[in-house]
Amino acid sequence: MRLTQGTFSFLPDLTDAQIAAQVAYCIRNGWAVNIEYTDDPHPRNTYWEMWGLPMFDLKDPAGVLYELGECRKVHGGRAYIRLSAFDATHTWESLRLSFLTDRPAEEPGFALERTEVAGRGIRYTTRAYAANQPTGSRYQG
Amino acid sequence: MSDRPTVDLRAAFEASGLGAVLDELDRTLVGLAPVKRRIREIAALLLVDRLRRDMGLTSETPTLHMSFTGNPGTGKTTVAARMADILHRLGYIRTNQLVSVTRDDLVGQYIGHTAPKTKEILKKAMGGVLFIDEAYYLYRPENERDYGQEAIEILLQVMENRRNDLVVILAGYGDRMERFFGSNPGMRSRIAHHVDFPDYGPEELMRIAELMLAAQNYRFSPDAKSAFVQYLAARMQQPHFANARSVRNALDRARLRQAVRLFEQQPEAVTAEALMTIGPEEILASRVLA
Repeated sequence: MRLTQGTFSFLPDLTDAQIAAQVAYCIRNGWAVNIEYTDDPHPRNTYWEMWGLPMFDLKDPAGVLYELGECRKVHGGRAYIRLSAFDATHTWESLRLSFLTDRPAEEPGFALERTEVAGRGIRYTTRAYAANQPTGSRYQG
Repeated sequence: MSDRPTVDLRAAFEASGLGAVLDELDRTLVGLAPVKRRIREIAALLLVDRLRRDMGLTSETPTLHMSFTGNPGTGKTTVAARMADILHRLGYIRTNQLVSVTRDDLVGQYIGHTAPKTKEILKKAMGGVLFIDEAYYLYRPENERDYGQEAIEILLQVMENRRNDLVVILAGYGDRMERFFGSNPGMRSRIAHHVDFPDYGPEELMRIAELMLAAQNYRFSPDAKSAFVQYLAARMQQPHFANARSVRNALDRARLRQAVRLFEQQPEAVTAEALMTIGPEEILASRVLA
């Protein structure tokens, strides 16, 4: 099951040239670009691991793509990698853009769990099949 | 051959806006004939390269890492800043920015500190020009555990692998750069352009002085001008003469003396003329002529 998340989730995965163009847009707007990765695909998992520090004073996307390349060397094919852009302007102070750049080779998807509660009510839970394995061994790249 | 499309070199040259940059270089930088010639050569190469690409002739991106060697005050930093502008106009680099660093910015203080620090700088400079002043300090042969070597290795790797993203310019005094390259042959072979900055002659220094004064809305009185020629002749014989930098320092001191003179005379009305003019007494008061 192909995980979709963030901006451009309805598009095919971006090529490096397209990623560079998006990063250039972020830099033009003065946003700091972050690289994050995780092997827990649950949609409510908002806190991903950061790859290095947010890249504040870059002038050109090449620096971000260099770090993305480094991150792919370590996690490529075995984790999700996303870029996010943080706007530090007063009253914004939050993410303005976030999109997936890399996904594991295989994405097993999610199970829907039903729990019966009082009065024949049902509570639903989504659980990623990948999360059955301990972290670090969830995806074989 | 006639079915091949032709291309107008002159039109391409004018469209690039390069003529203006090169003219400005000629106008604002005194002397430095070999440096300007080399810059013209590089500009011509890049322009022809672009035309070749437009016509579908493939060619590798040329390596543009440079080393600027020369005595103090010969304009290495000034030219490096212009270089970013020229390369940007030719479309070789994407951003018109020059990141100027020294050893302190690249080399860390403890184990594991150097690599992230160097990479951080490299990332910042990507898309533009990285200018490493006094590059020979990176390599300290007397201390084999010096972290400078680590910075050099990362630098070499990026200079080789990410040629499209970054132009590195190393600068420093001639003899020490020679020793630096001698002990880092990998560095020498990755640098395509070794540009030597010659010392200025007395006439060139005089023109530099006048340009500097004009930029600050000052000028020499005729007597001051001949006094400054004398001053230069005397100063050039002394040790630690730093070309244009010495000229700037001398002018700064002359401005100081001029201000003191005006203050002590306390004339009724100071004219703009008086505020602008450096007189001979300001130059002749110098220790060099004593």
